[in-house]
Amino acid sequence: MRVFLEQLLNGLTIGSFYALIALGYSMVYGVMKLINFAHGDLFALGSYLGFTILVLGTAYITSYLGLWGGMIAAMLIAAICLAVVGTLVERIAYRPIYPSGRLPAVVSALGVSIFLQNAIMVVWGPRPQAYIASVVPSAYIKMGEIRITLLQIIILVLSFLLMGILYYIIQKTTFGAAIRASALDRDTAALMGININTIIFFIFALGPALGGTAGVMVGMYYRKISFVMGWNYGLKAFTATILGGIGNIPGAMIGGLLLGILEMLGSVYISTAYKDVFVFIVLILVLIFRPRGLLGEKIAEKV
Amino acid sequence: MKENTNLKHKNIFIKNWSIIILIILLLLFPLTGNNYFIDVAFFFGIYALLGLSLNVVLGEVGLFDLGHMAFMAIGAYTTAILNTNFGIPIIILLPISALAAAGFAWLVCSPIIDLRGDYLCIVTIGMGEIVRLTLINNPFGITGGPNGVFGIDFPSLGSFFMIDSSTEFYFLIWIVVGLTILALINLQHSRIGRAWNCIREDEIAAEATGIDVRRYKLLAFILGAGLAGVAGNIYASKLMIVSPESFDFMESCMLFCIVLIGGMGSIPGVLVGAAAISLFPEVFRAFAQYRMLIFGSAMVIMMIFRPGGIWPRKRGAVEFKSLLLKAGRDDV
Repeated sequence: MRVFLEQLLNGLTIGSFYALIALGYSMVYGVMKLINFAHGDLFALGSYLGFTILVLGTAYITSYLGLWGGMIAAMLIAAICLAVVGTLVERIAYRPIYPSGRLPAVVSALGVSIFLQNAIMVVWGPRPQAYIASVVPSAYIKMGEIRITLLQIIILVLSFLLMGILYYIIQKTTFGAAIRASALDRDTAALMGININTIIFFIFALGPALGGTAGVMVGMYYRKISFVMGWNYGLKAFTATILGGIGNIPGAMIGGLLLGILEMLGSVYISTAYKDVFVFIVLILVLIFRPRGLLGEKIAEKV
Repeated sequence: MKENTNLKHKNIFIKNWSIIILIILLLLFPLTGNNYFIDVAFFFGIYALLGLSLNVVLGEVGLFDLGHMAFMAIGAYTTAILNTNFGIPIIILLPISALAAAGFAWLVCSPIIDLRGDYLCIVTIGMGEIVRLTLINNPFGITGGPNGVFGIDFPSLGSFFMIDSSTEFYFLIWIVVGLTILALINLQHSRIGRAWNCIREDEIAAEATGIDVRRYKLLAFILGAGLAGVAGNIYASKLMIVSPESFDFMESCMLFCIVLIGGMGSIPGVLVGAAAISLFPEVFRAFAQYRMLIFGSAMVIMMIFRPGGIWPRKRGAVEFKSLLLKAGRDDV
């Protein structure tokens, strides 16, 4: 039971990373119908920015603002930088290609992904970098038998808060209704007076910003970051997106959390080496029985 | 009217000449005697064969397959394991590898073939990752884990002829590529090819006209996987070692890009795309760590200026035009 609860907690923690990254995929897919393969590398960029701020800038930032202030500053700065990079990527690499259809945009996204990955390698070097222990809170509490670290609590609270805010914006506000309308039918939404460019700007700023925040969290949680991690996390988050139903915001959150929990429980009860195999097999089984994901609604094919 | 037919004949004439010149150039190329160049041309050939195999699935039928390297991995590991453990000659393993990869495709793709677009895309990614991770985990101790399988023989016919030099491998791969191209051109103009293109353009219309969409899609996967299995066989015997990291997600993405950069469904396009992907990193070797930066930017710029690929296929338009010409319309 102790093992189960601890793994459940660990699963929730990585699940919330996947969920935060998956939201970026899902929002972009919902409105643009584009699989943004560069999103994973934007996440990695966020991790490296957090590393620079926290570790290289520790003399300035952590010493002035303290542990908590440093953490908040790192996440905020990473999120803002990533929002800028995300919108730039959209302007330069995607916008000129929209009229020519979906597949060229996928190639362009892969190109951006290769570019970003290698840009990180050139700037920060090919060797993995480490978040030093002094910038990460190390306290923990014991609840009964299980041990919960303070960092896990921060990660869980913060990511659930972010997801809640996003859910509120998308589902309850007028602007959110505009986003959902554009996701349903972009042209009709534009005819109804919705400014599509604002929507695109918003999703390409917010998605990477959430991914960048997740990047800083992953850096603090695992301590070690490498320039190729974007592919790995990107692939998992994309899996989570599909699992929940692509283009569906609550679906991406649930898909991410579920994937994290599956991965952790799979690594304990089945085999550590085969945990990713297990995750992908579950994904394939879900898609065989529910071809539009867990929360995806069944859409009749239009002729 | 008469002029038009002459023009058409002249075009075919020019086209044939350019193909003959290309073949002569390919035959003469090994005379450069530089083994580095010949090896680069060999890998260009491997990428061309893989590109052609993915083109069947992605270009002809429009199925998003981002895990195509899995089929090559199955072919390469079939060759490696059967050759090192049982000493079966590589030449005999060539059709066996193709069959193994095709059988694997049939087995895996049967349940998922009805998935649409992006859902099929993630399932093929998942399949590719499952194959790669399983190979790393060394099931039953036969795949050698992360190190892979080594000590694979060269292809040989009995004891009197063995393919063991760069030049001989170069000829082997390009003969296979040539035969594949001939077969695929015939396939494009056959009932199967037309059914595939029909499915790509409009799946529902295809189904309504009586095409068995499921079967034709599966056929495309099986054929594409079989060709990738052949590529795996030749690759394994050339390198004498196979290891899981040669078949990762990145490589599958590169194949995807070969087809799209070249032009979907276009055979010369795939060759140009394979050349771009396999030669680019070699040409830009001088830029060292910056070359992949240039590579990524080139992909973006390429798609901005030529979204249809370098050599897109214009079959439909050309045929329509020639039909109008036949009908005596000169105003087209």
